[in-house]
Amino acid sequence: MHISPVLWQFLVKWLNASALFPREASTIAPYADALYFFLLLITVVGLTFVGCLIFGFAIRYRKEKHPIAIQVEGSTLLEATWTIIPLALFLIVFVWGALLYFRIYNPPTNAMNIYIVGKQWMWKAEHPGGQHEINALHVPMGRPVQLTMIPQDVFHSFSIPDFRVKREVIPGRYSTVWFNATTPGTYHIFCTQYCGTNHSAMIGEVTVLSPDDYEKWTQQSTSGTSLAQNGERLFASMGCNACHSGSAAARGPNLAGVYGSKLQLTNGSQVLVNDAYLRDSILNPSQHITAGYAPIMPTYQGQISEDGLIDLVEYIKSMQSNYRVQQTLTTSESNQAAPTTPGVVKP
Amino acid sequence: MDNTIVATHPHTHETAVAAEHEHVALPQHRHHFETPEQQREAGTFGMWLFLLTEIMFFGGLFFAYLLYRNWYNPAFVAASNQLSIPLGTANTAILISSGFFMALAVWAAEVRKKSLLVIFLVLTTLFGLAFLGIKYFEYKEKWDKNHIPGQNFDVREFVNPHAYGLKEEPLAPDMAQKTQVFFFLYFAMTGMHALHMIIGIVLLFWLMWRANRGEFSAGYVAPIENFGLYWHFVDIVWIFLFPLLYLINRHPVS
Amino acid sequence: MSATSSTILNLPDQRTATLPKRTYINNEDGLLSWLFTGDHKRIAILYLISITFFFFIGGAFAGLIRLELLTPQGDLMASDTYNKMFSMHGIIMVFLFLVPSVPATLGNFLMPIMLGAKDLAFPKINLLSWYLYWLGGIVVLGALVLGGVDTGWTFTTPLSTHYLNTHVVTAATGVFILGFSSIFTGLNFIVTIHRMRAPGMTWFRMPLFVWSHYAASILMVLGTPVLAITLTLVALERLVGIGVFDPTKGGDPLLFQHLFWFYSHPAVYIMILPGMGVISEVISTFSRKRVFGYTAVAFSSVAIALFGFFVWAHHMFIMGVSNYSALVFSLLTMLVAVPSAIKTFNWAFTMQKGSITFETPMLYAFGFLGLFTIGGMTGVFLGALGMDIHLTETYFIVAHFHFVMVGGMLMAFLAGIHFWWPKMTGRMYPESLSKLAAVTTFIGFNLTFLPQFILGYLGMPRRYHAYPPEFQVLNVLSTAGATVLGVGYMLPLLYLAWSLKYGAIAGNNPWQATGLEWQIQSPPITENFIEIPIVDHEAYDYEWLEHKTAQEVTTVG
Repeated sequence: MHISPVLWQFLVKWLNASALFPREASTIAPYADALYFFLLLITVVGLTFVGCLIFGFAIRYRKEKHPIAIQVEGSTLLEATWTIIPLALFLIVFVWGALLYFRIYNPPTNAMNIYIVGKQWMWKAEHPGGQHEINALHVPMGRPVQLTMIPQDVFHSFSIPDFRVKREVIPGRYSTVWFNATTPGTYHIFCTQYCGTNHSAMIGEVTVLSPDDYEKWTQQSTSGTSLAQNGERLFASMGCNACHSGSAAARGPNLAGVYGSKLQLTNGSQVLVNDAYLRDSILNPSQHITAGYAPIMPTYQGQISEDGLIDLVEYIKSMQSNYRVQQTLTTSESNQAAPTTPGVVKP
Repeated sequence: MDNTIVATHPHTHETAVAAEHEHVALPQHRHHFETPEQQREAGTFGMWLFLLTEIMFFGGLFFAYLLYRNWYNPAFVAASNQLSIPLGTANTAILISSGFFMALAVWAAEVRKKSLLVIFLVLTTLFGLAFLGIKYFEYKEKWDKNHIPGQNFDVREFVNPHAYGLKEEPLAPDMAQKTQVFFFLYFAMTGMHALHMIIGIVLLFWLMWRANRGEFSAGYVAPIENFGLYWHFVDIVWIFLFPLLYLINRHPVS
Repeated sequence: MSATSSTILNLPDQRTATLPKRTYINNEDGLLSWLFTGDHKRIAILYLISITFFFFIGGAFAGLIRLELLTPQGDLMASDTYNKMFSMHGIIMVFLFLVPSVPATLGNFLMPIMLGAKDLAFPKINLLSWYLYWLGGIVVLGALVLGGVDTGWTFTTPLSTHYLNTHVVTAATGVFILGFSSIFTGLNFIVTIHRMRAPGMTWFRMPLFVWSHYAASILMVLGTPVLAITLTLVALERLVGIGVFDPTKGGDPLLFQHLFWFYSHPAVYIMILPGMGVISEVISTFSRKRVFGYTAVAFSSVAIALFGFFVWAHHMFIMGVSNYSALVFSLLTMLVAVPSAIKTFNWAFTMQKGSITFETPMLYAFGFLGLFTIGGMTGVFLGALGMDIHLTETYFIVAHFHFVMVGGMLMAFLAGIHFWWPKMTGRMYPESLSKLAAVTTFIGFNLTFLPQFILGYLGMPRRYHAYPPEFQVLNVLSTAGATVLGVGYMLPLLYLAWSLKYGAIAGNNPWQATGLEWQIQSPPITENFIEIPIVDHEAYDYEWLEHKTAQEVTTVG
């Protein structure tokens, strides 16, 4: 911001107090507001200019004062002027907007990740540590938080106006958004993509806590099992461990440490293993066969919910060794009855 | 008085107009057109514009095809190999012949030979009907094999082709499901094409009836010409559909 | 200053004007002569009645929406009902009012006359176009009566294909049919402009009204078929259950978005360009001056049409298009904004050194200039990538498109209706009442939609029928404005109808305007011209007009 911070704070706070302007509660918000004020400025200037022209001409050349119209041919100079100046202004806006866009959508590498599953008509927030929230999201202030989002059904759109972030939640693929909340408090979460009957009810609240409060909250709200632990359970119960056992003769590739690596596929291409890749390879395995392996993996399309997929993805992300995989394999191949854990419901 | 713009009002203009109206006088001349040439040119231009809209209409389907063939190439290859090349080629030849007869019909109208015109229109129609007949046969085959996309779609032939005597690579189950996308596009594109052919054949019957009454053998050929444009367009759409749908990755069976 | 440059306004004495004996209205009698007419003027009047009918239905829905939004809770109607309200409002206003508004009424009526032709190229297709309009309208109304559709006018998949059990296919069919009505109108216009101009009427002597309709027609002809196939695919997916847009079956929901917006973005230019044509005519006439930079305005219209085909993904910036894609479309969006700016300045400078009077059409034109500038500039806000992230899918978007569509297009439509009312009916509308209506509309409009910009930045999402209480004050302001706006729109309906019987007789050129349509009687005879004119003057040639009026005997009938 190149205008005085005092003036800026005054402007924003005064507008906010009059319920005319949202709060600036994230690191990116001032940047977005700066562009907004610039755009407002050029709009007001442009409108004033056009208004002055029109009113000026209307008064100066009204019939009573100017009964004889003089036919003017036109002026290439004027045409050039009002082509180039608007074009220049719009191009400045384009560059500024593009820079802001990359700032908003490129998370820093140390961002903590939280999963959001949108479904008609609620938001589910899944923290890796096993905290589950509905229509609520607790985050620490001062730390970059990335949200990895997917819907269960139709398009939704996750929006936190006070942070100036929003992203569509697209059926069939992960989309991400990140923010760094600066001020403790509660802020609206809206679903902004029309999604059916209770679209207006898909409102939630993001609560920004100081780091200590956030620690307390994570401890109080955990369900006891992290997402990765749920994923481990699924990995065994869906039979993934049978092929992905990690042994040398396994029918499926070793998954320990695969997250974040570059993989060579049978079709010759190289891919980076990220969340989206893991999810896709569970649902559409035939397009994601690691080089050297046969295309025998069945598809799990329709058999796992998005929550389950998130659990699996988290599990594979955290998998450093195959020790526990092989343990579960041994257990499942033995003919002892497996101990039942009461109250655990498969996602 | 104020219905004429009088900038210059030369006598020559009046006599020219009068002369026009003397020797032209085709019964189909519409009076908002100044001359029959203007009428004819406007009609042809209108038909070309309409064909442009048809290109945009089919374009949406072609775009979807482009996207999904790119994404699911193995499924498209396997599914395409299920279509019958002999029938497809026969249909292509039939449709091109139909177009040839249509072109001859236009010629016959221009040289004012009524009986030839009717014969060629009849041949055009017959070949068009033959095309549709073969298409019906192909569709029925797909129905029998449960390859119509939807609830009853059967992927077994793609997962295990050797069991059905096909010299194909087996597809993984999830890729085999994607053959539905191919078949949907196959039915949508050829179905839309067939719909346009049916409309064309209905129009052909109407034109045949009018041609038989001599309406097009006295100098007024615009409907035949413009219908010819439409029919050739339908033909060209098929020329694109045939390789895109039938000839994906075909190679001699070794 | 040359001797012939005097363009003193000498309005003919209205008191001596009489209605012509033979006009296109009384040429033939009986309902059937209207329903089976090929006369472009009669078809235009049929369209005018039709779109007015649908406008008020769509407006009623708008009224109900605003009524519901008075309170933060959803207390006036159930959620599903509200969703149907805004969906029907959108579908009716876009497809049954805005798209046909100026082209099918004023365009149909005036284009042949402006070109010096006796009719459009294909009168029967013109009539077919009107029948298709009614068929589509009845099907859409059918969807309404059967229980409504709640997809939004955007039919977003997979919501519309797999998650709703309302009358989606019916509504989609209605829109499909309306699309063909639009295509045939555009096709007719293009052929007429290319092939039926009078001798001497070169491209650059055509009125700018014709140029904008030409540009809009290109969009209608090339863009609308894509909507048709898209809706067909949606219907097939619903009916047959294939998954062309369903990710669980291998389809792509974004494919629908691309296909839909490929038409729906050019659609907004289809809606605005004809209105811009009206503004050119009105500002020129009431400034007594040729339009400043005729060539620039003509080329800008075509440029808007061309560029308009390449910006569709700016409706999808946050929807998963790649960064590269987003950059390209944002840049192109900035480029498409420039021709509109050029036109606005050209219109303003048309007034310079003119001789300006402030009749109702001119007031509407002023309203257009201000409101379209705001609407257009807020489009630039939305074309800026980073800004769009915060603003998209909020009331900012709602305000933006209402500014350009209602503040822009609807004002231009009303300007045109008032401007050419004397020509179409032979009667003048009551001037003071119409001025009142224009001012009322302007005030009501601003009160309705300016608060919505603020609501948008605050984050209030669109298509919400219940909202957090802190948004209430602005919503109440907006509803208050909507009431005033409603009054502003009712007034013309009433006084224009009144004027048909009791309005002053207009005479053939009450505004002393240039343009071939003003040189013939009001209302015109069926063939428009007794003899096809030979054009030897430029468009907006006031010197020619002055020369001509000095020479002629002004009688009517």
